[in-house]
Order: sequence, then structure tokens, then C-alpha cells
Amino acid sequence: MSAELLELTVAEAAARIAAGEVSREEYFGAWHEAAAGDELNAYLWRAEGVSGEGEGPLAGIPVAVKDLFCTEGVPTTAGSRILEGHKPLYTSTAVRRLAEAGAEVLGKTNMDEFAMGSSNENSAYGPVLNPWDRDRVPGGSSGGSAATVGGGLAPCAIGTDTGGSIRQPAAFCGVVGLKPTYGAISRYGMIAFASSLDQCGPITRDVADAALLLDVLQGRDCCDSTSVGIEGGIGELGREDLGGLRFAVPAELSGDAVEAGVRGVFERTLERIEELGGEVAEVPLPHAEHGISAYYVIAPAEASSNLARYDGVRYGMRAEGAGDLIEMYETTRAQGFGDEVKRRIMLGTYALSSGYYEAYYGRAQRVRTKIAEDFDAAFAEFDFVVTPTSPSVAFGLGEKTDDPLAMYMNDFFTVPMSLAGIPAISIPAGLAEPGGGGPRLPVGFQIAAPAFAERKLLDAAQALERAIGFDARPGAGDG
Amino acid sequence: MARLARLRLSEAEVDKMAGELSGILEHVDRISELDLDGVEPTSHVIELENVLRADEPRPSWPREAVLEQAPDPADGAFRVPSPQAE
Repeated sequence: MSAELLELTVAEAAARIAAGEVSREEYFGAWHEAAAGDELNAYLWRAEGVSGEGEGPLAGIPVAVKDLFCTEGVPTTAGSRILEGHKPLYTSTAVRRLAEAGAEVLGKTNMDEFAMGSSNENSAYGPVLNPWDRDRVPGGSSGGSAATVGGGLAPCAIGTDTGGSIRQPAAFCGVVGLKPTYGAISRYGMIAFASSLDQCGPITRDVADAALLLDVLQGRDCCDSTSVGIEGGIGELGREDLGGLRFAVPAELSGDAVEAGVRGVFERTLERIEELGGEVAEVPLPHAEHGISAYYVIAPAEASSNLARYDGVRYGMRAEGAGDLIEMYETTRAQGFGDEVKRRIMLGTYALSSGYYEAYYGRAQRVRTKIAEDFDAAFAEFDFVVTPTSPSVAFGLGEKTDDPLAMYMNDFFTVPMSLAGIPAISIPAGLAEPGGGGPRLPVGFQIAAPAFAERKLLDAAQALERAIGFDARPGAGDG
Repeated sequence: MARLARLRLSEAEVDKMAGELSGILEHVDRISELDLDGVEPTSHVIELENVLRADEPRPSWPREAVLEQAPDPADGAFRVPSPQAE
């Protein structure tokens, strides 16, 4: 019985719980047991039992929550040593909305420290392992959340995406990851990395579950003045084909950095779009290739400001033995932050410093405008822009840790949408052999849409998902 | 720069980071080739103006609960080392 429960999608399980065929305790118990068997280092904390009794569309559904979301009285570390043992005084709006819809927090998931990373190797609590191949990374920064869903340790999860942190790990773990429009979901209680880019989103097994979670999560929140919600919500998806829809492939993004296997799956997926009646054509996005440059100025700049609050005074750890206040700040931050966080704070401090501000931050913000205008021009003619989610399949643990720039290039396809603030989803499109050879691994297909067009995006993604029929599982077949 | 960011880095860390940051900045410098004259900077991607809520007093968190999170609470306040070196 328990094993069968774990096979259900969230939508199926919610229907069975609502019909009284399965009890909340039984369903939670099955997932609690699965989560307890975590060998991927995906969880940092696990709930003991069913906590809430909320009624709603997610009644009885356990959700794995990235450890970036504040949860009252529950440890929230953002993957950082500096917040070890921290128990927030309040719960983030996203988690509160899930709870109000009847969902249960199953656990808090491991992540790159303060969401800075594309491999989950920057966690102070050790890397997460990819459920498909434990010698490889799950992607990041929401690697723990993606690994729980891909590895059968949670039915669904939430993560955050600043430059690809939901989409890329979803691609690496063979699951669906949605970054909604900036402003669709409240950021209240999300530990800030880069405030003009950060956005919460669901990581699920299929598109229907992503829609279900998004419908609950989205909405205006008085605690986040940048949140506006999605007018009319999401509702039921019903599209069966892609007739009449136009898909743009950015010419500038199909460079030679893409692995042959990934390219093959991407091209097969484009053929499927055409088989479903969609039209595929190239479109220029001339500034998208500068996305990485703009992003790695803007995000660290905002981070250097946001992370100034970790000073050893009000919460979190404090270094011992400092002689004066400044020394206490400096040693606390030196001991509490990991290498990547220090690197980005330094980069951001530099980019914002007097004399360099206009050359870096100012220019990056103008590039951001140009990237958004490129998308606007594309959406004047096309419904969607599509790319591979990541240039490669999951890479090996330790493979890119010595080369920060190589690590940053992972975000090549996901960063432009983040800078433009538009929604984008990654769906599993097939398996491909890694560049260096070895068993085949999941490949993500990214679809981006105009701001607040989530319903249309999810509807098309679901039609494509059905046609692809991705049903591979970790450890089965290929291994 | 580390001083400005309030990070105490060892000499070895500074050396390593200087090399890494140079590499990153070299890549970032490609945007200096773009013609961006007259382009408005984007700091916020969605159109919003004057988001206000009613100015009504609400209870704040209890002082004890807040101080419980602090590494060194004392006398109902956050205690810190002296700002002046001895």
C-alpha cells in the first residue's frame, strides 16, 4: 500500500485523500518513511508527524521546503554556518499559504549557501547527491528540493530561483521546475539573496502538480510590496495540442557550449512541438548572451547588501574572542560564510564601490533593460521562447568547484529570463549521455513566456509533456 | 575591499580570490563593448507604483522571543564588544 501511495502524483493523492480513500496520516506516514531513508543528504530537517489540519486543495500533501524559507520554530539555515540552529520567529508567506491549503511541511531541504551556486556543493552541510548518479551533482541552488522529488523522497517541493536555481536542478534530477513571473509569489520570509531576481516556485513530478502548487502559492501579499499575484489564478489545464502556438529558438543561445546529447534531445523536442501543431522558428535575442555578465554583477551587488545583516549581533553565530566590534563583525563573517558567498560579497562590494558603480552596476542594469526588450520583441511574434535548460546534463561532484566562471556558465540559458522577470519552466525531455560518456541522464527543456502568462505556459508545457511521455526513473534501465 | 565588506580574509584567501575575481571581471567586462547610451537602467521588472497599506498599529514581536535568537543578549538588549579597541 505504502509503495503504491508513493507512485501517486500530488493531484491524484489529493483527490484520494479528499474522497476519504486514504487518510492524511497514512499518506504522510508513507512519505515520512521515504524521507527518513534519505541517502542523498537532501534533507537538513524532517518533520515528526502531521502537524496541520488545514482544508483545501492540498489537504494532506507533504511538501519538501527549501531551507531558505523561514518556518516558525523550525531550524532555517539557508545552507549557511552563520545561521546554524537559527529558528525564525515567523513563517514565510509561501509556506503559510501551503499550510492554509492543507499541505504539511515534510522537511527542510539542503541548498547552496544563501542560494549561491549551481551544484549544491556550496552548502555548509555537505553536497546533495544526484538521485540518478550519486557521483554527480543535483544542480543548484535548490538541489535538495529537486533531489527529494527526483529521488522519491517527497511528492513535491518548493525552491527559489534567482538565475536558474529551480529550473537547472529540476533538469538535472529529471523533474518539473517552474520559476514564475517576478511578483507572482510573495517573497516575505524568503531569506534574501538578490531581491530584484529572487522568486519562489514549485518542483514537481509533472506539470499538473506544478500548476496546482502555483495556484496555491501565488497572490498578492501585504508583507511584500513587490508581490502582485497572477490575475485569475491558474485553474484547470486542458490543451491537448500546440496548434496555433509559435515557439522561438534564440539564435544566440544555441552556441557550441551545448553538449551533443543535450542538443539531440532539444532538437527531438522541437520536432515533437511541430508534430503537435506548433510552429518553431529562430528569433534573435542579441543581448541574451550578455546575461551572465549582467547577472554576475547585479546578483552579487544585491547580495553584498542583503548579507550585511549577518553581523553576529541579532541572530545566528558570533565568532569568539574578538577584541572590538569591527573585529567581531569581520571574524564572524569570515567563519560563518563559505567561499562562494565570500566571493560574491567581494564581487558585489567591488561592483557597487565608488568609482566602479557606473562601469559595473549601472551598465549591468542597462543590459538588463536590453535583454527584457529582446524578449518583448520576441513575444510580439511568438508565444514562447525555448532553450535547453542547461548546456549539459548533471556534471560530476567536484568537477567545476575550482573554476567559478565555468560554474557560472551553467546558468547561461536560465539567467536571461530571470533578468527579464518572466516565467519559465523546465520539463524533462529525455535522457542523454554526458559529454564525458557514461550512463544517460535527464535533460531539461525550458519554455519561457511573457510576464504573468503562467496559465498559457503550463498548458503548453503539459501538452508537450504528454507527447514526450518521459517515464524514466533513477536507477532503472540505463544504469 | 575585504575591509569594506567586513570580511577577514587570510593572505592565502586574498590571493586565491584575487585571481578568481579577475577572471570573472574579465568576462563581465564584455558588457563594456555594448552601446548602452540612452538605455534606461532596470532595477525592477514589473510595473508598480506606490504600494501602500493602511497605517494601523500592529503588535510587534515580544522582546524576549527576539533576544532568544541573539548570540549574546544582556539586560533586554543585544550585547556587543566595545567599538573601541582596548
